[in-house]
Amino acid sequence: MAKKPIEPFLWALFSVGGVVAAFLIPIHLFLSDLAFPLGWLKAPGYESALALVRHPVSRIYLFVLCSLPLFHWAHRFRYTLYDGLQIKHLNELINVLCYGAAVLGTAVAGYLLWNFP
Amino acid sequence: MRSNELNGTPRHTPYHPKWYRTRVSTYWWLHQWSYLKFVLRELSSIFVAFFVLITLLQIRALSQGPQAYAEFQNWLRKPLLITLNAVSFFFVLFHTLTWFNLAPRALVVRVRGRRVPDTLIAATNYIAWLAISGIVAWLLLGG
Amino acid sequence: MAETIVLEAARYSPEHHLEPTFQNYEVPFRKDWVVLDALNYIKDKVDGSLTFRWSCRMGVCGSCGMMVNGEPQLTCATFLAPYAPGPVRVEPLRYFPVVRDLVVEITDFMVKLQKVKPWVIRKDEKPLSEGEFLQTPQELDTYKQFSMCINCMLCYAACPVYGLDPMFIGPAAIALAQRYNLDSRDQGSKQRFDILAQHEGIWGCTFVGECTKVCPKNVDPAGAIQQYKLTAAKEWFKSLLVPWGSR
Repeated sequence: MAKKPIEPFLWALFSVGGVVAAFLIPIHLFLSDLAFPLGWLKAPGYESALALVRHPVSRIYLFVLCSLPLFHWAHRFRYTLYDGLQIKHLNELINVLCYGAAVLGTAVAGYLLWNFP
Repeated sequence: MRSNELNGTPRHTPYHPKWYRTRVSTYWWLHQWSYLKFVLRELSSIFVAFFVLITLLQIRALSQGPQAYAEFQNWLRKPLLITLNAVSFFFVLFHTLTWFNLAPRALVVRVRGRRVPDTLIAATNYIAWLAISGIVAWLLLGG
Repeated sequence: MAETIVLEAARYSPEHHLEPTFQNYEVPFRKDWVVLDALNYIKDKVDGSLTFRWSCRMGVCGSCGMMVNGEPQLTCATFLAPYAPGPVRVEPLRYFPVVRDLVVEITDFMVKLQKVKPWVIRKDEKPLSEGEFLQTPQELDTYKQFSMCINCMLCYAACPVYGLDPMFIGPAAIALAQRYNLDSRDQGSKQRFDILAQHEGIWGCTFVGECTKVCPKNVDPAGAIQQYKLTAAKEWFKSLLVPWGSR
């Protein structure tokens, strides 16, 4: 059999990441990055935030929340780059940069959450 | 018109006509509102990635102790960050809306051989989204 | 004097021009006229050299597709009235090479159409004496929408991906492949898979969605492509789990 194409797999990651982003990111972004800093709602204190993230289920949840949307980004961004700017000849470089960043982000998320105190 | 006229021998032959081909402009996505909307939808992914970045920084700050965490919270209060996150929020919302509206066309659901109407699937998505957002908010606000 | 409207028609003659220009024609403005009627009026009464394709005048043959004020349209189904007071700009279908005036070169599409084998493929043909292949209304319903395509190529003229990468198989051809893939009588989906599941097949598409918006027959080629991406992804994971399967 010919070499296995990777595109179906990357597309699947893009799709699942898109679903995760669509369902979860708006509320998280609104609360953590807008409502809490602006004081519209009372943010959880350090201790309770720590306790919340420490739970194994939350760690898996946060890992999914961070990794899959990155692959969603990588897919869309590479297409936008080479269709929007017509630089398809840089295809390989763009793919390495986009997916490299997504893999790196996933690794960082895994490291941070695995070693979480 | 004159400058457009061909001089001398035509560059075509009867069996190999010279076609006119247009080149797609680099700014093709600015020529039509629907194309621009498409590009903005795709670019919403940048803000998705930006959210992930902020979240990772937040987790790191949290793991470094109370002082780092407090400093991070202060950093989030900077006008620049608030502005970025506000813009980000609208793009992420745009992603959610476009995603739910397009998803039924990629994922066809059939019940007893009949295709479930797209609007019904989208509506189910919206209801699920509200419910999930409610649960997340309830958990984060300390239950 | 009767009301008139100005038609700005693109003119290109490979013998005389380096690039297309526009020529203005004043035509009677009638409520019951479509753009094609105006073009035929010019051809018959004003300028016999204006070249364009048309045939059925009733939205079935798919030959009179042109850009009307920048939008891909079947000119036989596009009334002049909404464009009043004009002018109405008529150009050849976007992203295709222009042969002359409003006529484009369509060999590319014809070749791609054939590549996806848009016909019922059977492993073994059964003899006529065994009768017809039966199909339930539900089975018909799964592909019927995609069978409405009239090959008018408006979707190609709407698709920036096709404009950017002429190798892209494109909306109509993929939708028609799906029309047969989803047909309960067809057994050829594996033969079509290799054409569709390459980069120039479904993976080039970024779901701009314009193909569906301009389709005069409500085919939804964009939906067909995303559905096929899902199928291809499922196949991928399946072959991961069962690597020794034929696919």
